[in-house]
Amino acid sequence: MIIVYAIAALGLIGLIFGLLLAMAARFFAVQTDPLIESIKEALPGANCGACGYAGCSNFAEAVAAGEVKANACIPGGNETAQTIAGLLGQEAGDASQPLATVFCIGDCYKASDRYIYDGVQDCTVASDFVGGFKSCASGCLGLGNCVRVCMFSAIRLGEHGLPVVDHDQCTGCGLCLTACPRRIIQILPKGKEGHLVLCSSHERGKSVSAACEVGCIACKACVKACPQEAIEMVDNLAVINLEKCDDCGECVLKCKPGTIHRRDKIPSEADALAFAVVKAAESA
Amino acid sequence: MSSVAFKGGIHPDYQKEVTATLAVTPMKAPPVVVIPLKQHIGAPCEPLEGIKVGARVKMGQKIADSSGFVSAPIHASVSGTIKEIGPYNHPLGRPAQAIIIESDGEDSWDEQLKPAGDLNDLSAEEIRKLVREAGIVGLGGATFPTHVKLSPPPEKKIDIVVINGAECEPYLTADHRVMLEKPEEIIFGLKVMIKALNAEKAVIGIEDNKNDAIRVMEAVSAAEGNISVSRLHTKYPQGAEKMLIQVTTGRKVPSGGLPLDVGIVNHNVGTAVAIAHAVREGKPLIERVVTVTGAGINRPANLLVRVGTLVSTVIDQCGGLRDNTLKLIVGGPMMGLAQPNADLPVIKGTSGILALTDEDVYLAERAPCIRCAKCVDACPVTLIPAMIAQAAEHALYARAEKLHALDCFECGCCSYSCPSKIPLTQLIVIAKAEITKAKKK
Repeated sequence: MIIVYAIAALGLIGLIFGLLLAMAARFFAVQTDPLIESIKEALPGANCGACGYAGCSNFAEAVAAGEVKANACIPGGNETAQTIAGLLGQEAGDASQPLATVFCIGDCYKASDRYIYDGVQDCTVASDFVGGFKSCASGCLGLGNCVRVCMFSAIRLGEHGLPVVDHDQCTGCGLCLTACPRRIIQILPKGKEGHLVLCSSHERGKSVSAACEVGCIACKACVKACPQEAIEMVDNLAVINLEKCDDCGECVLKCKPGTIHRRDKIPSEADALAFAVVKAAESA
Repeated sequence: MSSVAFKGGIHPDYQKEVTATLAVTPMKAPPVVVIPLKQHIGAPCEPLEGIKVGARVKMGQKIADSSGFVSAPIHASVSGTIKEIGPYNHPLGRPAQAIIIESDGEDSWDEQLKPAGDLNDLSAEEIRKLVREAGIVGLGGATFPTHVKLSPPPEKKIDIVVINGAECEPYLTADHRVMLEKPEEIIFGLKVMIKALNAEKAVIGIEDNKNDAIRVMEAVSAAEGNISVSRLHTKYPQGAEKMLIQVTTGRKVPSGGLPLDVGIVNHNVGTAVAIAHAVREGKPLIERVVTVTGAGINRPANLLVRVGTLVSTVIDQCGGLRDNTLKLIVGGPMMGLAQPNADLPVIKGTSGILALTDEDVYLAERAPCIRCAKCVDACPVTLIPAMIAQAAEHALYARAEKLHALDCFECGCCSYSCPSKIPLTQLIVIAKAEITKAKKK
């Protein structure tokens, strides 16, 4: 008999609490816009902050309120932009995905060191210490601040001590850009073909060649060779305008130190295949 | 009489016997001097009017000054022509503005420099002015302008002057030689300080690995009723301000406080000599004793070097570097800064030039912290270096501040004692810089 009382008592308590909850849900309900929820679901959810908002849900609110465009989430790329635009009933517009590119190929064999650095393994700290241990004042120090800051595991240090960007994983959010004390990472549109001058040194030719085998020595041979006139010298450094570059490769033939490379053949990224193998092994 | 030691500290390999018996020899006047405009803590100097490229200067002539109170003027250390004014490598890291003077080899003194007269006739204010005009800064290495330390705020009564003859940094013997060779000047400089501060007495603290210096200083101070010598236990960092004050006077400087909060002012023996020269001969601070040592130096020596002499010139005078030299340090091995090359000037705070060979330098791979607390035992200011360093590594600077990172005076005991070779001191220095930066905002 006692079991019946117990069941009845528990059932009654359950009923009372259930009613209370139902009333609370009705009277204290917080009005949320279902649109914000669905936008949030469409976003990558990395809270990287590349859009300029504190996180994904903050961004979703801003999109729903019409403060920003649907394609403002850089890591989400085209797909996310289409989904969000669909939810809002807008045109997505262009959301071509950007890609981080490291403008230095002076690895530990090609660029010399001024001294042995034995301190804290952090690019900012090393760069501040007597101007950095590399002979080149602009070159990559290879201590991996960009690797540590990347939310998408898209950067790792290659075997020659330079960061390697995984084209598939990189969303172009730009966190690595700000983490680099030497500011040698640039965000470029993904997929666009063309050539790049992979050097960031604005020093004069003589000191560049003393410090690094593959630095731009500002000889202007590429400027003269380019049939499209897409290359100009900016403060002792050749810069290729990707809009004008038609991938003819004349500049590569003329570049003596070998600073210019096709975008899909960046030397430090040559072991990108090995990277994919490593990642597959890690996830397995 | 043996003093009680402070808590913590380390016993490194001192290596002082190499140069301890070598008398200070004046170095040949260099052909060129590079005189940085920032050689002290505080506002950097600006070149004076008329000091520009091509201008002729006399030895001892004031060439740069600043309007800030915490600063000290800078003087030409040779007579000659100004060749260039521009950035040059600096021992503290980044290149800084410097005046480069080509010597005419005559070393003719500026005629305007005159002795200040009898000490009894000088007022405290006159002494302070004289010390500032002579460009005197703390020669122990911190280069704090001396006249500021001689001008305590009126509400703080200074009764004891503590003179630092501990020289706890391994390898260095500059202060040791100064005490042996210029004891009488030290006492005179000390009397000037006592007069400027209206202090009651003075204590000279010397570590017990320098018994000859203790004997000499005791002999010269015996005649002075208010000056005593305190024999200190040999332990690094015995010569650090707070440690020295604690063991010589028993007073404890509070966290975040200054020695003058407990009625004490602390000066180096070299500073006392510089003051003596300024008062007696009217000479500004243009040269200092530098210990050039380490297994990488062919002929180690204690040299009297002009401020602005290039380190490479000093090393050449000592027979150059050995082939297996791996590390060049300006200052002592514990607190000095490693340098990428020798193309930089000796400044007022340069107490040593140290060249270490591949046998001395241990380039170890860093290992994880094993929570052994050796750094905690070694820290003389009772911090927890491992935790501050960990906070610094994760950019948690507010947390580092809560752990009293600002009390750290960068003695390096934690890094020295760490079996995992974690660069603790460097991480704490980063935290300190970030905390100060955040406070300024």
